[in-house]
Amino acid sequence: MTEHPTEARLAKLRGGQPPQGYTARMIAALASNPGCARRSILDAAGVDKRRLAAYTGYPVPFGRSPFDITRGNSFEAQVKAEGAAQLLTLLRDKLSLDISEAGYTNLDEVGGSDGFPLRHERTRRLLTATPRQRGTMFDHPLLRFPVGGRYAYLEPDLVAFRHDDTFHVVEIKSFPVIDGQADPARVSAAAIQSAVYVLALRDLVGQVAEVRHEIILITPENFASRPVATSIDVRKQLGVLRRQLARLDRVEDLAAALPLSLTFDVDLDDKGVPHRSPGDLIGALTTVDASYAPECLATCEMCYFCRDEADGATGALGKSVREDLGGIEYVGRALQFARGEVPVPAEMAEAAAILRRAAVLRGEVLQAAV
Amino acid sequence: MTTLTSLARGLAVESGHAELIRTVRHVHVSDRPLVFIPLQLAGEANAPLAALVGDDRDKPRLLTVYEPRNRTERFEFAATLATEVILPYIEGYAAGEPGDKEAYPDAPQILVPNLAGVKFTRLLGRSTRFRRTQGEWAVPASVPLVGRWLTFYAERTEHPASSVLLPLTSALAAHWATGQSAAEDQNLAALLAWIAPPRGKSALEAARDAENPLDWPPAGPATDPSFDDEVLAGLIAGIREATTAGRETVIARYRAALDTALLTQLEPTWRLMWRGVDLLRSLPGGARVARRWESDRWSFTYQVAWLRDGGAPQAKRDSAVRAAQRLDRLEREQQQVAVQQAYDDPLVMAEYRMTGEAFEGKVVYADPGRRLGEGRSATIRPVIVVETDDPVVIEAGREVVDPSRDKQKGLVLDRPAARAALAAPSAFATPAAFALPATPDPGGVPGGPAGDAARTWVTLELSGGGIGRKPPAPPGRMPAVGDVVCYTTLIDEFHRPPEFPDRENTPWTHGGPPQDYVDNDDDASEAWQ
Repeated sequence: MTEHPTEARLAKLRGGQPPQGYTARMIAALASNPGCARRSILDAAGVDKRRLAAYTGYPVPFGRSPFDITRGNSFEAQVKAEGAAQLLTLLRDKLSLDISEAGYTNLDEVGGSDGFPLRHERTRRLLTATPRQRGTMFDHPLLRFPVGGRYAYLEPDLVAFRHDDTFHVVEIKSFPVIDGQADPARVSAAAIQSAVYVLALRDLVGQVAEVRHEIILITPENFASRPVATSIDVRKQLGVLRRQLARLDRVEDLAAALPLSLTFDVDLDDKGVPHRSPGDLIGALTTVDASYAPECLATCEMCYFCRDEADGATGALGKSVREDLGGIEYVGRALQFARGEVPVPAEMAEAAAILRRAAVLRGEVLQAAV
Repeated sequence: MTTLTSLARGLAVESGHAELIRTVRHVHVSDRPLVFIPLQLAGEANAPLAALVGDDRDKPRLLTVYEPRNRTERFEFAATLATEVILPYIEGYAAGEPGDKEAYPDAPQILVPNLAGVKFTRLLGRSTRFRRTQGEWAVPASVPLVGRWLTFYAERTEHPASSVLLPLTSALAAHWATGQSAAEDQNLAALLAWIAPPRGKSALEAARDAENPLDWPPAGPATDPSFDDEVLAGLIAGIREATTAGRETVIARYRAALDTALLTQLEPTWRLMWRGVDLLRSLPGGARVARRWESDRWSFTYQVAWLRDGGAPQAKRDSAVRAAQRLDRLEREQQQVAVQQAYDDPLVMAEYRMTGEAFEGKVVYADPGRRLGEGRSATIRPVIVVETDDPVVIEAGREVVDPSRDKQKGLVLDRPAARAALAAPSAFATPAAFALPATPDPGGVPGGPAGDAARTWVTLELSGGGIGRKPPAPPGRMPAVGDVVCYTTLIDEFHRPPEFPDRENTPWTHGGPPQDYVDNDDDASEAWQ
């Protein structure tokens, strides 16, 4: 098999390690910051960003508590127990179905050593075949998703529920819904991830069936473990995803513009000890431009690295601060304008005048020059 | 955020320490606040793990749930928190009956580290206020009572004017701008590193250190995942095994170890909390803060009376009338707080001077003897002319107020942007006196006063505020020539709330009168299902 030049390029960037797969969370993060070439390239190459960050001296505390993992697993197991009996009851009530039973196919175990494309083919065959029952649940389908001109494979923790000619994306999450309300941050994260699945599922079965834009979220209700189903309309998230992903530069073009010798390999020996100097690796990372914003702190393993690099940029203080400062890129420059220390280019005149006025007012009130 | 606060963030980046964005404190800080730092078990819905709590900085009280997944132990925690800490603290402020039309002289204040702490408080209130004290799912009587109190506190935080429950990060960030983003300001240790960096370190270094959970454990309620993994999981498993085996001494040893481990996670935050309190206290209180605290004292007084009358738990959702009332009230309060803060604080007023809703300037003409009307119906209506360098967007016909004389209103008669256009209107009783002194034009020196080209002259007709009936207005009751004044369209006045139907008269379009709450099995047992 001849390897595609971009694939070879990405393999070289990654170095000797096996690639990290995409997750819906990664795609959602990428879509929230489509201007970040660094993240696009690292994700496309399947680089282990967590290790890279730690090795360059910027470890992120993105751990998940064992209690959270246990709780998540036990809730999922409970809902899926006995052929997903609880899940079926919830779906029947939520979708007002008159079916007494449904099939349950777990695709998790599909051919251990097969590559993603083969496993994906098998998922496609099963999901597009004429179903034997009116309702069938497909657990852990292997989906693919176009990102930056390439397909990314996803192994989502989701159930695709096919009922007649309609698919529903079902996500099981262990955060509680209390009196009909849940943590908005977690709901919006679940919604954007589900939107990724809706798009991927449409890519897969769009020819034979409809995929609903209302996804079904299964969560524990109130303070106990009784599950409850909530349907969430993700049309808005679908729009955001499509728009943002269209803005992503093509990975091919990004990769082609990088120096041929570039790699993010930490150069592990057979004992797992890295041999590359962190300084050298930092040099490699800075070859690719990043676009840091405080939102990265919640979504990207490279955030602390990029934050230090962005020191002195107004955008590092948040989008609204940058806008308040007239969209001027650097804090130092904005302050020079505010103090009237430098001549102002004509196109900056309005922004500079506002800053100047703010500085004069602040100085006047605090009785000390800004 | 505004240009002024964002400019302050930029200045903080440059100076390496936080910059004040307020000149006075706009929240009330009690002489004896109750600091409450809760921790919860990850993954569970509001499962309390521990709390460090108390109103004496030298005597924090640690409460621990040794098996956080056990419902009964959760409620024992709530009961201990209630009977040993929160209820006695509250009772201390509710001694005796206040007079007929009086509120209690002070109210109990709770401080939590951050917004997540407020959310924890609300959920702990929600998970306890419906509990039953008799029958199958009985809990101690203090549990539903403290649930009602915690719900009261959490609901008050929606009121912009309220200070009874403050998340410290928000309170501090409202007064200081750091050189980091608002998201990073939610970390109490990092925020305090910017406001008061430790000696020998820059704020930036200190803030980065503060993100290391080994040095500065999270301020809760979420714990550090690596602490959960490396310490907590083993200790909780140990306690469970020893409990199953019935080995009392082993249980005691594990429990002591868990207490010690939890203290390492809580004590750093405890110190930060009191440091934050000191920092807030170091700012002089705004003149109108006491007025807003009075509304907190009143709501506390009502809550005490409601509970003494055997008040039912707060509804899970507001009824139609209550929701409309509350929304209206929150909106009016928001406006009121904005006005009061601007009145109390020239740095807040500066925001309105930026947008042209306020202007500061010098009085260049004053006629305290001007009258309107004839004979017996004549009224005294002095005029002043204010010369200002601020851009004024206020139209003629608008009413404005100077916060230093907030009972006196000024009606804008005229606001020409050129001195020549400023003519004595015919309504002036003494037009002959209407001759302005010439101001020397400094001619566009950077940072100096603007030239005439950027100036505005605002003519105001004054009324109220003790100017009396007989001209001229007594000295001191109105601005005199040469005074620096600041007028704004923001007016702090009471607006009568719109009429809402009584609960019993809720129209059928809004579901008709709501049902009274009836204690039921579903609510009583929900935690155990």
